[in-house]
Amino acid sequence: MTAAVDTIRDTPFVIGGRAFHSRLMVGTGKYRDNETMARALEASGADIVTVAVRRVDLDRSKEAGVLYHLDPSRYFLLANTAGCFTAADAVRYARLAREAGFNEFIKLEVIGDQETLLPDVQGLLEAARTLVKDGFKVLAYTNEDLVTALRLEEAGCAAVMPLASPIGSGLGLLNPYGVRTIKRRLTVPVVVDAGVGTASDACVTMEQGVDGILMNTALAAARDPVRMATAMRLAVEAGRSAYLAGRMPKREVATPSSPLEGMLD
Amino acid sequence: MAHLNDAIEVTLNGEPRTVTGGLTLLALLRSLALDPRAVVVEHNRAIVRRPQLADVTVAAGDTIELVHFVGGG
Repeated sequence: MTAAVDTIRDTPFVIGGRAFHSRLMVGTGKYRDNETMARALEASGADIVTVAVRRVDLDRSKEAGVLYHLDPSRYFLLANTAGCFTAADAVRYARLAREAGFNEFIKLEVIGDQETLLPDVQGLLEAARTLVKDGFKVLAYTNEDLVTALRLEEAGCAAVMPLASPIGSGLGLLNPYGVRTIKRRLTVPVVVDAGVGTASDACVTMEQGVDGILMNTALAAARDPVRMATAMRLAVEAGRSAYLAGRMPKREVATPSSPLEGMLD
Repeated sequence: MAHLNDAIEVTLNGEPRTVTGGLTLLALLRSLALDPRAVVVEHNRAIVRRPQLADVTVAAGDTIELVHFVGGG
């Protein structure tokens, strides 16, 4: 008799020395209203939520800051440097974010192109080095280029976050090989950030073995963000489990699932 | 020589604004009905930490940025 295979236990999801329960991280932008956002965050099961740094609206014509709708004792706030096109700007935004007093983690974005919002990897590396030296835990939004990912790890980033496809595009995982290769070669956590459009995208992404996914528009722009958040939670768990389980080999020909013996004459 | 309490021009969040001279950053936040715990202040490109907000006085020509967290991805 052969022994049953032990069910593989997952390892904790640790970034920059902090353990998190959920491998799904979500953004807080672009929701039609704050109540929908709050319910979607809850349904997603996320621990880590991202926020942006912007000027206070002194005329109060727009809504107050997101923290009026988001309990900072319940969620781990990950500030981003979204909208920054130079290393200097990103460093400035990161320092302002840290001064808000929640933590020293920063989701570093240095954008190089307005239309695709693809990262400026040179500026990204420069900002990452500066911020790591300054004591930040840097989670770097990058493309699926292995060499850039390696350089970001060498620079001391706490996590490297390759895109699935451009920010807000919903095109899904365009380069599974690139993302898988980054995961295989890096020691720090690899979190896919941006481009996931629906649950199957999240599942396939997690099946590559990456440590987590960060998404925003897939929830905020869904017809029902709360239900999509539930779908994403399940998809991330399903994809992670499938990865840990180890998929069957693919074959070009059929193999019967039922015994060939015992057939009637 | 400008006197204390004279109106002065500053740039606040990118817009010209007239404020009372001699005002501290903390008093400026109060005058705008902003909670200092919910805002981060940058004064002439340098971050002013919360405990120092009462120690820094606004002068004519200063550039002040008041930022906070908003929804983002």
